Amino acid sequence: MESPFSLKNKTLLVTGASSGIGRACAVECAKAGARIVAAGRDEARLGETLSALTGAGHAIVAADISDDAGLGKIVSAVASPLDGIVHCAGISKLRPFAFSAPKNLDAAWRTNAFAPVELTRLLLKKNLLAGGASVVFVASISGRHVAALGQTAYAASKAALCGAAKAMALELSAQKIRVNCICPGAVETPIHKLSGMSDEQIAADKKNYPLARYGTPEEIAYAAIYLLSDAAAWTTGTELVIDGGRTLL
Amino acid sequence: MTLDEFTRALSPLFPQTPPDAFSPETDFKKLPEWSSLLALSVIACVEDEFDILLSGDDISKSQTVRELFAAALSRKS
Repeated sequence: MESPFSLKNKTLLVTGASSGIGRACAVECAKAGARIVAAGRDEARLGETLSALTGAGHAIVAADISDDAGLGKIVSAVASPLDGIVHCAGISKLRPFAFSAPKNLDAAWRTNAFAPVELTRLLLKKNLLAGGASVVFVASISGRHVAALGQTAYAASKAALCGAAKAMALELSAQKIRVNCICPGAVETPIHKLSGMSDEQIAADKKNYPLARYGTPEEIAYAAIYLLSDAAAWTTGTELVIDGGRTLL
Repeated sequence: MTLDEFTRALSPLFPQTPPDAFSPETDFKKLPEWSSLLALSVIACVEDEFDILLSGDDISKSQTVRELFAAALSRKS
């Protein structure tokens, strides 16, 4: 008898699959039996993700979700209705509030909030989201539970995503489509160095975590597997905080 | 971008330090205003003014404004 956490016979779209949490989601979901459509900006790194996927029938699509053409390219790459989507693509560029001009807020909004919501909407309109499908947004504890320096744009974009997810969960429940967020604490991925943190700042930040470390991308992928699987058939509109105890403090 | 332009762009970020006391030789991390937030402000200011993206490590490794300028120059190329 198949485990309730199995993703066998499910076709999933994973964005941000070239690295970090997105790559881990693609890899772990494939191990759980899913067929993956892996989307990301970097074709070379997507190719590396593809070679790491167990099983057959996977596909990659190189596209930038921050522009409309990129969203269109991803939608075109989806051949049949999806059983799930894991939205992992996201950016983080630390900027003090005083320096967070409209274009900075816009960039975070566009990639982190607008794109995942709009991509889901486009797929829905083309009947590419199956009844009973599961939509997972990788959000953050930032903006919902905690804040950190330089995160005005990031926190706003992640909180917006969580808000949209709740409204979507309500409406899509009619089609038994579930919508949930994962709110990770800091996870060991390239995003931190790209955001502007120094090694010292990262080391100091780890002390904010009762479990004394950042998370691994796989630890977020396992949460995604739960939400994508039949085990979560009664779970919708929720935010799964996976943070090493960060929000206890 | 000259050293002088770079220094003058950063000076206002340190409001407790008079502009004539803020020079290329200033050990900026020892100034009373210094904080993690100010580090992020320096990065944002340099990006906005000169279109150069310094990293957190560039700030850690630089003692003086002159050294930070050198880091910015190497990012530029």
